[in-house]
Amino acid sequence: MKIGVLIKQVPARDSELSINADQSWIDEAGLEFESSEPDDYALEAGLQLKEAQGGEVVAISLGPDRVDETLRTALAKGADRAIHIVDEHSHGLDPLQVAGALAQVAADESFDLLLSGLQSDDLGYGQTGVLLAELLGVPHATVVVNIEASGDRITAKRELEEGWYQSVELPLPAVLTIQSGINKPRYTSFKGIMAARKKEIRAVPSQEVMPADLSSGMEILRVYVPEVTGSAEMLEGSAAEQAAALVEKLKYQARVL
Amino acid sequence: MSNVLVLAEQRAGTLNPQSIEVVVAGQKLAAALGVELDIALIGGDIDAAAESLASVKAARLFMVSDGALEPYRAEAFDVAGRTLVEELKPQYVLLPHTYLVRDYAPRLAAAFKRVLISDCVDVRRDNDNIVFTRQLFQGKVNADVLAKGDAPHFVSFQAGAFRADQLETDGAPSKQAMNAPFDAAAFKTQSHDPVHEMADGVDLSNVDIIVSVGRGIQSEENVEIARQLAKALGGEIGASRPVCDAGWLSSDHQIGSSGQSVTPKLYLALGISGSIQHMVGAKGAKTIAAINTDPKAPIFAAADYGVVGDVLEVVPALLEELQGGG
Repeated sequence: MKIGVLIKQVPARDSELSINADQSWIDEAGLEFESSEPDDYALEAGLQLKEAQGGEVVAISLGPDRVDETLRTALAKGADRAIHIVDEHSHGLDPLQVAGALAQVAADESFDLLLSGLQSDDLGYGQTGVLLAELLGVPHATVVVNIEASGDRITAKRELEEGWYQSVELPLPAVLTIQSGINKPRYTSFKGIMAARKKEIRAVPSQEVMPADLSSGMEILRVYVPEVTGSAEMLEGSAAEQAAALVEKLKYQARVL
Repeated sequence: MSNVLVLAEQRAGTLNPQSIEVVVAGQKLAAALGVELDIALIGGDIDAAAESLASVKAARLFMVSDGALEPYRAEAFDVAGRTLVEELKPQYVLLPHTYLVRDYAPRLAAAFKRVLISDCVDVRRDNDNIVFTRQLFQGKVNADVLAKGDAPHFVSFQAGAFRADQLETDGAPSKQAMNAPFDAAAFKTQSHDPVHEMADGVDLSNVDIIVSVGRGIQSEENVEIARQLAKALGGEIGASRPVCDAGWLSSDHQIGSSGQSVTPKLYLALGISGSIQHMVGAKGAKTIAAINTDPKAPIFAAADYGVVGDVLEVVPALLEELQGGG
């Protein structure tokens, strides 16, 4: 099975974020970057399918030069090769443009299965995989918590709300977006890191694959840090003082202890 | 000028509560634009869900009912959605940001060369523009977003973004059945009936005190101190989604839109950032206290008491305080 896994690079999870001068995006100076966490589960799902079925896992990412590092990590975890669609201004793209570029690359590769996380940790549109399926004209399933592959068909178990699940059978090729928690993403090993050095990352300039005619009908006017508007009473001091104050408040003010 | 269309969601004849919130959003947007609101229901047997919308203030209620839509199949919803949008030519199509909408709506939008402006928390009129607000980076950053170019525009709203109790109900929308060209032979996928799976039965719905752990607990081993705190308080332990995804607690402890909704007297959130998806499940608490290292964490907007600090320092101090009889 030839599997493509879409991986997005985002600021590291605990980053302190500030807004840039023209309020068009966050200030990226000094930030560290890593793979968007939901995509880690997608990569692991791809690697497990390959280990069970044979085949190839290709990690694909769109973004600036720094994205190479995240792709190298995917290679160290076991992806066979990687494709980097190089775009220095990728945060200004909307999901339809990103899906358009990915569709171009994916069509050339003729994947049996494409996987992505269910949404990204930065923009969180939650639709790049679905849009890719539409542009490729293949079926899709989202929020997938289990995958069974049998011949040229996939049975995907989808999570719904409140403990409900639904199974859907799809013919390959298909696109699945993966729910976090579906598996335990592996760590990189020293051996994997060494092996990854010899693996290929193919660079594709985004202008070669970005469709010119996709107008998505959306524009980000500005980004900003939302004001915390609540009325929480903040308890100050050392940990011991905070703990004492909290117990006091819960006992005698809120009267819930 | 063309209307606003809400695509409401129902399951087994019951309207999804989030759909009412989106109807509220639709009523506000239609009023701001000076146009009428239409609502559409898509599904198998949707009469009961339609009945529950009978007095809602809206112009028309469109019903696309067909056996092909039950159980849910993305391809069939796609056909229904395209038919509705092509025939009604709405300016804006509003949807609840549910797992079902995540599945079919992006594809529907793409068919009209549009993205789904997804998971919005607000909409407002700003001079001649309609501006939507989305959350980025799990709520650390907001973005104001403009839908530009020709209609239609597709927008989904997060659970809790609008209040269902603000629904205007002095209306009588005219019901209109609409047919869509379903061709079962052309569908590539096969859907099965949804199944309900109960996890091993931790029911937090009637618990008075919940100590809930989030990513800030940092490791599976550290969950133990939260357990001790829950025990000392005579409560139960709950968790946010990432903790369950990591396997530190089983998924039946999960609180939020994809887990349980709870109504304790005290909800003590340890290292939980407070995403809307989580707070949907916790907002019924009488008192919320939160401990988090990030003073800008959204949880402090919802909490009654806030402690900026490391859970791993404050929780042991709390245990000492409680056990010291203080």
